[in-house]
Parts: sequence; structure tokens; C-alpha cells
Amino acid sequence: MSKPKVGFYWCASCGGCEESVVDLAEGLLDVVAAVDLVFFPVAMDFKREDVEAMADGEMAVCFVNGAIRSDEQREMAELLRAKSQLLIAYGSCSHQGGIPGLANLYSHESLMKYVYEESPSTVNPEKVRPAPETAVPEGATVTLPELDHEVKCLDQVVDVDYYIPGCAPPVSLLSNAVTAVLEDKLPPKGTVLAPDVALCKECPRIDTKPADISLAELKRPSLAELDPEICLLTQGFLCMGPATRSGCGAVCMAANMPCTGCLGPVSHAKDHGGAFIGALGSILSPENEEEIDALLEQIPDPAGTFYRYGLPASRLFARHNRATT
Amino acid sequence: MDTSNNGNKPGQERAKVGVYVCACGLNIASKVHIDEVREFAGTLPSVGVARDYKFMCSDPGQELIINDIKEHGLNRIVVASCSPLLHEHTFRKACEDAGLNPYHFQMANIREHVSWVTEDMELATEKAKSLVAAAVERVAFHYALEKKRVDINGNVLVVGGGIAGITAALNLANAGKQVYLVERQPSIGGHMAQFDKTFPTLDCAACILTPKMSEVKNHPNITMWTMSEVENVSGYVGNFTAKVKHYPRYIKEDSCVGCNDCIDACVFKNGKWENEFDAGLSLRKPVYMPFPQATPSTVLIDPEACLYLMKGKCKQTCVDACERDAIDFTQQVTYDEVEVGTVVLSTGFKSFDPKRMPEYAYGRLDNVHTSLEIERLVNSTGPSGGEVVLKNGEKPKSVGIIHCVGSRDKRHNPYCSSVCCMASLKLAHLIKERTGAQVYNFYIDMRTPGKGYEEFYDKLLGEGVHFIRGRVAEVTDWAMTPEEEGKLVIRAEDTMIGMARRIPVDMVVLAVALEPQPDHEDIRRTFNISCSKEGWFLERHPKLAPVSTFSDGIYLAGACQGPKDIPATVAQAGAAAGEALALISRGYMEIEPNTAWIDPDLCSGCKTCLPQCPYTAITRNEDKGVAEINPVLCKGCGTCVGACPSGAAQQHLFTDDQVYTEIEGILSHV
Amino acid sequence: MSETATAPAATGAGTYEPRIVAFFCNWCTYTASDLAGVSRLTYAPNTRIIRFMCSGRIDPQFILTALRQGADGVLIGGCHPGDCHYSTGNYRALRRFKLLKKLLAQMGLEPERVRLEWIAASEGDRLQEVTNEMAEQLRRLGPPNLEAIPAPGPGEELPGEVQELEKTEA
Repeated sequence: MSKPKVGFYWCASCGGCEESVVDLAEGLLDVVAAVDLVFFPVAMDFKREDVEAMADGEMAVCFVNGAIRSDEQREMAELLRAKSQLLIAYGSCSHQGGIPGLANLYSHESLMKYVYEESPSTVNPEKVRPAPETAVPEGATVTLPELDHEVKCLDQVVDVDYYIPGCAPPVSLLSNAVTAVLEDKLPPKGTVLAPDVALCKECPRIDTKPADISLAELKRPSLAELDPEICLLTQGFLCMGPATRSGCGAVCMAANMPCTGCLGPVSHAKDHGGAFIGALGSILSPENEEEIDALLEQIPDPAGTFYRYGLPASRLFARHNRATT
Repeated sequence: MDTSNNGNKPGQERAKVGVYVCACGLNIASKVHIDEVREFAGTLPSVGVARDYKFMCSDPGQELIINDIKEHGLNRIVVASCSPLLHEHTFRKACEDAGLNPYHFQMANIREHVSWVTEDMELATEKAKSLVAAAVERVAFHYALEKKRVDINGNVLVVGGGIAGITAALNLANAGKQVYLVERQPSIGGHMAQFDKTFPTLDCAACILTPKMSEVKNHPNITMWTMSEVENVSGYVGNFTAKVKHYPRYIKEDSCVGCNDCIDACVFKNGKWENEFDAGLSLRKPVYMPFPQATPSTVLIDPEACLYLMKGKCKQTCVDACERDAIDFTQQVTYDEVEVGTVVLSTGFKSFDPKRMPEYAYGRLDNVHTSLEIERLVNSTGPSGGEVVLKNGEKPKSVGIIHCVGSRDKRHNPYCSSVCCMASLKLAHLIKERTGAQVYNFYIDMRTPGKGYEEFYDKLLGEGVHFIRGRVAEVTDWAMTPEEEGKLVIRAEDTMIGMARRIPVDMVVLAVALEPQPDHEDIRRTFNISCSKEGWFLERHPKLAPVSTFSDGIYLAGACQGPKDIPATVAQAGAAAGEALALISRGYMEIEPNTAWIDPDLCSGCKTCLPQCPYTAITRNEDKGVAEINPVLCKGCGTCVGACPSGAAQQHLFTDDQVYTEIEGILSHV
Repeated sequence: MSETATAPAATGAGTYEPRIVAFFCNWCTYTASDLAGVSRLTYAPNTRIIRFMCSGRIDPQFILTALRQGADGVLIGGCHPGDCHYSTGNYRALRRFKLLKKLLAQMGLEPERVRLEWIAASEGDRLQEVTNEMAEQLRRLGPPNLEAIPAPGPGEELPGEVQELEKTEA
């Protein structure tokens, strides 16, 4: 029997998801032996035409990482959807929008202006902007994809079968997923392939979290010292652990950093940031409005903190009226 | 301990909904197109039957529901009518009678929240539709629940020992219940004990009250605690625990026989401190008997007046004089904790302080008194032996009685204090009888609604009391004519003759308003009830439930719920005792099964919920690493559910699914 | 359920009437609303009330969902601080609300759209005042322009959503 064909593609991504595949270490050899890698731009020289030439559903499974924010990325997502039996969103960006998703806080114009004109390291006195088509002296016209005005996650453009969350996904989630695909033991369509219980369940510091947790101050990891033993939320750092899926082995805690929420919410939460706000608000200690406001001054960037990886997938999706402000 | 949701999952069966739109006579129909709402309901998903009817809460209305459930196999019911606070239990019972779990029911409030408050009929109809849609969508996610039962402890706590508390306590004790009567003053009796005669019969207040006070003291089922206050209450209906604080008398109650020898022997030859019972009109010593008929008949020592208690140095002549060795300066504050099933609050009222109306010169000019002070003057055990006298000891030749001081006044209290007209008439009669003075009553309206009240007023008209209808502008000592020299001049408009008048009198009586006790907020927080706007304790329904509150098991009696006279107070106290007895007699109470639970599979053990619960119903199971809710302690607020970031905590009747669907129902159809 | 709500706001002659979803606690604000009804105080019909036992039950996700599904505003009503029927629920609601407001401010949502009011059981007139005021403010603001969440690809609903009960034929 021929080996199942597998694809691995990147959209608006940093490349970290590709590298995470290497985390399989020796296991990678087993995977490579069991499947037929037919599309993996970072590693092998396949082209778009190769995919277009495939029959529909020819790939057994295609892992797509990265958010969707250009017409090219959307076209590739649709193409890969057509050519795959299973389309798996791999990593935070395709799952929920990821870090690129925070661009939804800004207007298209302000982003372009900053990147191409205003940023301290930009030298572009003629304020040249990328153009979708440019005629070149050789006589041809070269094209560039256009940047969308919003960042979307994968399931906001194509039908997605499964999700492997994380920035980048912990290797155990990937290997479990591959095994499940190969053994045809997949859960219902649409499932996020990670434990459906929050991170506190596997955090080694949980016993240091008191039963009467009540935060009188909030701290930022860049400005305060972090005790390596005690629950980070208890210390006043905004650890998204209570609202974020487990499955990563609490690696960030092991590195003495609070969880920033990359595995996304558990299935019963409707909005990742909203779920955490409900929990965090409930454990703040001040009672009167002035004191609460003063404490909340310690959170200068709520959207960036609570929706670091998930703004496009959130209830609000993008900043209100950002096109006009 | 079952922490799951009865093993049910939402949506276990396909919903088939019956929707009933009530016209409520014209109450809803006059502002909402009933047929339009009914037709709209018929188009909603899962609706099998949609009807309208004139009065859904009536027997035929409920029959409609019962028959439809049986004939059409309906398994969810929505009634769009009045507030669920009024009739939710009625329709739940109808469902139950038809064999359907009563919690497969949801109400849409289209009367209190729509027809009674909206001007435009089209907009009202649209709003009604959206609320019906919300209820229909939500009810599909309701699932079967069992009613929660709690046992009712037969003991009762009565707070406040005035005529209301005394009546309630006696009723309950005579029914065989153990009553704890807590009174903060050194004696029970309340304000009624301060009165001389009561209207309209002119019964002697003490004569009708003291036998009852005595009965209370001697009743085997009543534990009477004076100089005591309820410090805090925990628990819930049927199972309250109250902590009662006892202030020291410095007298052994069992030893004192009320001979008053200690008072005579006190190193202070004369009284120097205002006697509270005499409304400040007389002075007492540090050791004193509150009033002759005080119950218990025991003296007490004021720790802020007594030399020994203040400074530690005194000859202690009182101790020498006491043959019963009853004085004990070592007494401390003590506490008692009692378990009761129900509470009757009868904490009474306080009088309006007329210093807040400087135009009436109270506290500035002599011989201006409150009605309560006059009660003490006419009382034979009062500071003047029952004589109505001026400060100089002479009898007044003319007295003005001003009604509505602090009542019916936008600056102070907008309400009518209910009793002052009759009290003012009574005082007019007594003053005239004792002094022969000319008496003038200045009133706005004469409010004499009770049995025999109008006749009493009529009698007074025949006694030569003058009545001037007009609000008094001022009481002044600034004379404009020789006749006014040395007098108090009352300036008022006499609306009957259309003239402003100046009436010089020797004495002015201010019929002061009744107000809530100064610490009514503290009291209501202790018992977890609400107050109405002016601060009176809030009854569950102004017409149909005047003695119960929104907190099950807490009842109201007397003026603490609103100004009222003695007959109404006694009636209300009897009613409160009756309702408490009904509950105790049944032995249990069914509580809304809206408790929360935690799904152990979804719980991450993040501990966010643990500190949310004021009833300590949530604990951590260290073995499983999850939180658990004790359904017996849970009161169903849902605060832990709102905090849980995993959706592991849910609340029956308010699950996330139900709420989200309700939101969607409101927004998706209209 | 990813689009803004499909049904248009109720209108008389085509004028914009904001829809306000209200989350009221049973003991105070819901009772005050009943009192406003009993007292026949008229107020703008834009507010649709959802009843909770306590303002502490209110999850910020409810508010975000209501906005996403087309509410022009959300009004939360609870007992005055110190008066919560369950002692502390309203304090929890207040802190969650404050945090949510901070987020909404950064997300550019006008502050008038999400409002918290403490309304006691006897304050029917305050309820009238608040609902009228909020309706008027939102009328002036006009509809919110929450950017539509792109629809999912052909086929299934967004995963992770509650699977709705299968609807029967009426």
C-alpha cells in the first residue's frame, strides 16, 4: 500500500512551526518513513504547480501553519483544502491568528505607513510602497501578493478538520496527532488536538497557589523579579494558565515565565481573553472603584496581554472602527 | 456527594415547546398586540403549540397548558405574561400537574417589563416578541431538576421587644415554639410603654401593655434578652445561626428585686443624666430603673456615668444598700449563639428630630416639645407626674399642636406617618382635659381612617378644640402686639378663610414624623433583606405579602416596615407569627434548585472559584486536584460560575448554554 | 454564529433604535424593573432584560457575545456595594467589569455601550432614568461598526461552538 501523502505549508508565519517539526528528533525518521512528504517548502523544492497538479483529496493530511493575511495565502489555503482529505491548522497563527493577529488593532494604512516610512530602521525617502504589479526593464510584469486589511485564522477562510495549538506546538501534540492520523483514531471533526483542561492541571507550582488567592498588585515580568518556585499568578504576574489549555508540559513555568496563552482556550470557553478576564477580575482584591482602577493601571495593554495569540478568533476580532481612526 | 448535574446533559431530548401569551385582561393587551406575538411565537424553532389567553394564571389558563402537554406531547413550556417573581411557581406547578418536570418552564415578562412601561404599542410588541424568542430558545436547554428541600428549625428569633415583637413572641410561644426575644433597651415595651393613653379608646397604654410584658417574661417558651443586640446572622431559611451580644447591666438579674434602694443610696444625690425613657425631660442617676413597669424589673448601671466604672473610685454606697447583693461591677459583654429557623424583625421606629426644621424653634425656644415628650408629660409616671406644665411649672393657657412635622414634606420625608393625626387629636384631648387650655391643631388633612377614629375626631370638634387647616410657617417669640409678649407665636395660613394668622400660645407641640431606626442599614445587612426608598424594611409585596421579605424565613412586624398604629402593628405581628408558624408547621421549605456544580473532567484545579463563595461551599479535593461544591451550602448566586475560565463550574437554571441561547434569542429574531 | 446578527433593529419609520441587552440581578435590579412596571413609569423599550440571580454570575464572555451578536449596548445591573443578596457577588462583577472596560477602551468601543449600574430594589425611577439615558446616548452614537468576523469556509460551523439542539419541525 502506498504511504499517505503529507503536506506542510506556511502562511503568515515566523517559521517556528516548521522548526518544531525538527523537535521530533529521532522520531522524525519514523514519521518520514511512514509518510510521503509531497509539499514542504521550507525543506524541499516543491512548487505551487506541483500541488495544483494533484488530484483533489490526494494528500491524506496537510498541516498548514501561519495566519491568513494576503491573497496568496488565501489562495494557497483554498488550494491545499481542495487537495487534502484532512486539513489541520498547525500552531497558534492558523488556530487563532497568532501574533500576526495583533495587526487587527491597527488600520491597514497605519501599518503600511509605519513599516515603509516611519519605523526607525526604515530608509525609504521616496516612500515607496509594495505594488501588486510592477513592470520590470526586462519587459515582464512581476506581481506581489496584496496585504489584506485584516488578519484571519485558517478556519475563517477554509474548512478546517483539526487544530494543533501552540506557538509552536509542543512536539508531543504533533507526534500524537500524526499517530492518530496514521492509525485512523481521530476524535470528532473540529477537535483541538490537545488536552481539554487548563494548564493549572499540569503546572508543578499549583500547590503554592493559595485557596484564597487575592491580588493586591500586578507585576510585569520585565520589571520585577520572578520567584522560581511560587505560582506566578499568585506573585502578581499575569499568567494565563487558568484559562489556557495544557499539553505543553508547563515549559514556560519551568523557564520561570508566566503562561501567555499560546495553546488557546479550552473548548467550553467562547472567548479566550474574556474567560481570563472573568477569572482575573474575580481574584483582584481592591473593593472600591478608585483602588481597582489604580491596580488595573498595571495592565497597559489588555488586548496584547489577553489576546496575544487569539485576536482574530476572539469575539471582537479587530479593533472597532480602526479603519477610520 | 453528587457534584454532577443530576446526570442530565442539556438537550437530552428534542424540545417541543408550548408558548402561551397572556393578555392579562387589558394589562398587556392594551399595549401589546397579543395575536401578533402569538403568531410570531408559532414561527419559532421547536414550537409545537402557540396560544393566547386572557388570564393565563387562572384555572382555565393553567388547564390549557396541562391539556396541551398531555395531548400534544409538549416537553417545554413558555408563558409570556407577568413577572416570574409573581407567577413562576404557579405555572411550574401547572407543568408538574401535567406530569412535566416543573423546571422545563420559562417565563417572558411582558407586563412589568413591557406593557406597563412602554408608550408605543408597535415598539412594545417588538420588545415582547424578542423576549418571547429569548424564552423559547432558552427553554430548549432546560433539563429536569429536583426541588431542594431544607428542614425548618422550630425556634424563632424575634428582634425588638416593642408591642410588635411582644405580640409575635406570644403568638409563637403559645403555639409551643421556642422564642428568643432580643431587645436592645434595658426593658421591653418599646414606644408604646412611653405613651399615656392610646387612641381612640383612651385606654391606658401601660394597663394594656404591662400584662403582656409580664406574660412574655414569665412564658416558659420565651427567652427574653434585654440589653442585647443581634450581632450577626449566618445560614439560610430553616437554619439560621444568630450571634447575640449582651451588654452588661452590672446587676445580677436573678438577684435584683427592683426595690430601688441602690438608687436612693447612690453617691449622686440628684440625677444628672438625661432619662432616655422620659425623652430627655428628666434626669436620672448612673444607677436607675428605666421606668416603674420595666420588664425585667431590674435596675441597671450606666457605665459612662457611674463613678466606679469610669474612674474606679467610689464609696459604692449602692453595694452597701443592696440587701440582695445584686450589684456586680465585674460583668462583661457576653455572647450567645442560637439556632433558629425563622426570624421576625420588629425593630420599630425613631422620631424625626425637629431640630432639622429650625423654623419651629425646637431646642432654641422653651416650651416647644415633640409629641413624644408630651406623652411623657401627660403620663402619671412621667417627669411631671401627669401634669402638663411649662418650663416654669405653670400650666399653659394655650397650646398649639402642629401636625406633619417632618412628614409630607419634600425636604424631609415625603410620606404620611399615618399615626400623628390621631396622636395629635389624642394629645389635644388630654391637654385640654388636664389644663383647660385653648388648644389649636394646625393640620393639612385630618387622617382618621381606623375604627372609631373619625368618631374620636368628631368628639374633639365638640370639645372646643380649634382646628386650623394650614401648614405652619414658623414658631417665633418675636412679638408684634402686647398679647404676644412672652408667648410663642405660631404663624400659619388658615386656608379655610384665606388669611395668614398669628396665634400666640404658651406651648407648642410638634407632631413629629416616624422614621426608620438610625441603624436600619446595619440591621438589614445583618439579616440580608432590602430597604425601601425611605429606609423601611422592604416587604415582599405591598398588597399581598406585607409581612414576608425577599429573604425566605425573615418576616416583618410593626413600624419597622412602615409607619402604622397599634392595631395595625398587632395585626401585622400576628400575621408574621402566623407565616412563621406555617413554615415551621410544614417542617420543610422547597428552595429553588439553582445551585452550582463543577464538572471534574473539565476542572483544572486552578482554584479561581475557591475564594468566590461567601458560604464556603467550594472546597478543593486534594486527591483529585479539582474543586467541589457542596450543594447543601450553595445558595445559587453563580459567582463561582462567572469566574471559572474553563466552563467547568455551571449553575442549574443558569448554565452557559442557557444564557448564550437566551442572548441569541433576544437578538436574532426581532 | 460568526456574523453580526441578521435581524435588523426594530424600527418605526426606519429610524435607528439601538438594542440594549441588560443583565440584571434578581434581587435588586430585576425587582426594581418590576417596581418600575408596577409604578407605570414609562421608559424607552430598547432594553431587553435577561435575569440572573446575582451580578456575580455575569461572565465577561456574555458581554462580548452580546456585542458580537448585534447588541448595540450592554447594561449590567446589580445591588449597591455592600448590599448584595449573596454578600460579595457584586464586587466580583465590578472588578471583572472594570477589567473588561479597559479592554473595550483599547479596542475602541465607545464607553457608553457597556455600562454597569447599581440599582436597588426600590429604585424603579433610577432604572427608568438609566434606560432612557442609555437609549438616547446609543441613538446618538449610531450602530457600532464591529468588523464582521469572516465566515468559515463551506460546510461546518466554527468548531468549538456549542452544538445546538436539533430543531424539530414546528
